[in-house]
Amino acid sequence: MVDKQVAQAYWKMNLRLIAGCIVVWALVAYGIAMFFREALSSIRFGGVDVGFWFAQQGAIITFVCLVFFYAWRMNQIDKKFGMNED
Amino acid sequence: MSQFTINMVFIGLSFALYIGIALWSRAGSTKEFYVAGGGIHPITNGVAVAGDWMSAASFLSMAGMVAFMGYAGSAFLMGWTGGYILLAMLLAPYLRKFGKYTVPSFVEDRYQSKAARMIAVVSLLCISLTYMIGQMTGSGVVFARFLEVSVDAGIWIAAGITFFYAVLGGMKSVTYTQVAQYCVLIVAYLVPPIFISMQLTGNPIPQLGMISEVTGESVHVMTKLNGVLTDLGFAEYTAYAADPLNFFLLTATLMVGTAGLPHVIIRFFTVPKVADARWSAGWALVFIALLYLTAPPVASMARLNLMDTVYPNGSQANPIDYEHRPDWMNNWMETGLLKFEDKNGDGLIQYYNDANPAFKATADERGWAGNELTVNNDIMVIANPEIAKLPGWTIGLMAAGAIAAALSTAAGLLMAISSAVSHDIVKVTLKPDLSEKGEMLVARIAMLGTLVVSAWLGMNPPGFAAQTVALAFGLAASTLFPALMMGIFSKRINGTGAIAGMLAGITLTLVYIFMFKGWLFIPGTANFPDTKEFWFFGVNPLGIGFFGAIVNFIVAYGVSLATQPPPQEIQDLVESVRYPKGAGAAINH
Repeated sequence: MVDKQVAQAYWKMNLRLIAGCIVVWALVAYGIAMFFREALSSIRFGGVDVGFWFAQQGAIITFVCLVFFYAWRMNQIDKKFGMNED
Repeated sequence: MSQFTINMVFIGLSFALYIGIALWSRAGSTKEFYVAGGGIHPITNGVAVAGDWMSAASFLSMAGMVAFMGYAGSAFLMGWTGGYILLAMLLAPYLRKFGKYTVPSFVEDRYQSKAARMIAVVSLLCISLTYMIGQMTGSGVVFARFLEVSVDAGIWIAAGITFFYAVLGGMKSVTYTQVAQYCVLIVAYLVPPIFISMQLTGNPIPQLGMISEVTGESVHVMTKLNGVLTDLGFAEYTAYAADPLNFFLLTATLMVGTAGLPHVIIRFFTVPKVADARWSAGWALVFIALLYLTAPPVASMARLNLMDTVYPNGSQANPIDYEHRPDWMNNWMETGLLKFEDKNGDGLIQYYNDANPAFKATADERGWAGNELTVNNDIMVIANPEIAKLPGWTIGLMAAGAIAAALSTAAGLLMAISSAVSHDIVKVTLKPDLSEKGEMLVARIAMLGTLVVSAWLGMNPPGFAAQTVALAFGLAASTLFPALMMGIFSKRINGTGAIAGMLAGITLTLVYIFMFKGWLFIPGTANFPDTKEFWFFGVNPLGIGFFGAIVNFIVAYGVSLATQPPPQEIQDLVESVRYPKGAGAAINH
């Protein structure tokens, strides 16, 4: 059985990590690519504004990085708290 | 060799590969039939998830939607990838730790209720059936074009082939055929845009081509496209979303729905460890992103090439003569998915936006009496190599890839549906003494029934393939995702709350969709026309799932607070799924 205090600290770390990733996720998809697109429209390259590029390319690239970051960081936290399997 | 023969060779070769794999890994016991006997490597599993996930909607329909919607089409791009973040962080590892085969069995154990399980099963069936209709529509387009038959005949052929190999093997063969199908579909998707990007911009990487200058002209691809489109009364490709509310709602619905899709979730039960479930979600997204990052250049370049074909001397000059139309137009006219009507009788193909009142003066001045060319969104991707005049083998490759995309998802959905019917409904609820053999038989009958119903509804679909599939995501968002997520992250949610939440979510979403799309999607039974004036508060039925999810969360939490907290054993169960230690292999029950 897992020690109660360790378990709580572990779960708290996980929740904090999830919250951080969700903030980045929302900022990219709903921020840069959506609600702030007009405000950022002066930043342009390759014939498009940065919001358009994020909506069609940048957001997806960020998502890939985020999922791997979460897996890597979480597996590290597992080990730190002795929660990993074998 | 004629183009038809080339297509047949490519389709034939790819099928020989899938059937070979299916035969090689025929499933034995029920356990193998469902989860391929446990340990599949996270990368292999990621490829299989990607193959399973990317359907006719992603392959055929999505770039077509983006091509005609421009920026607003990004809802599909971000929605269908962003959901993997939610899946990877909020569901997959914990459900893997829980370690049972199906989503309904988690719901039953967590909420200690057979009723909750039944609601989850019904939701799962609604989601998967709607999804299947989209697949059948998409397959119909592909088979119609490449076998040179009608769309309806194409749908029935697709149904027959899907049944054939979903029955041959279970999940194991499906896992490995899905790996093969992913490889075929991704090659088919990536090759034509490389050539097209080279032709257009001289840059072989389509993602860079999209933001480069057109060869020989000092103007960017996007700037040129915007110019051509506005010349013909269309909105700019990069214009802000005309309907920001629904753009947001559709993105959010697709994200939440992705995380609640039962046929994707069960994939994470097949990896050996909890840590692998996390990696697997990452790999799945990498393989998915390969296609999703290519779809935007495909879309913009296809749109530009289409405009160039119709207006070879520029959008200010006259369009092409109907007599000199290219072959690909002929081919698609035969399927009925491309239509030409010479409204002003001048023999030229006027293609413009006649729904734009501000453009009417220009159209009158040019002697145009209405738009004369109708292009079905779903044909853009497969017509793309033909429009760009690429060699015949790229078209054959496209045929094989499109069929792989549609069939791989259809097979995965059939597995989810048949296991829900045979295991969750018949074995667990109605007839617990059913033998393993009996269970397999029921599973196969369920597959056959599903195919017939979805093929029939696919002939009169509620929208383009991507839109039909989006409805399925709305259902997933409003039912399973909240129930699963709260089941893991809250110890306070009890059975009564979860049941009330799921019922509220699915009722709101289904009723709203049916009011505009027809009851059970049967044509002619809708209460209102599916247009903005009639939508309640301007909410498109495609985006209602997000509200369904919020209602589900609020109702479930409110009802739970008003009733008894779950017993200690359930709180311990919730506690245990949160910690990876001691997961062990997935177990039967």
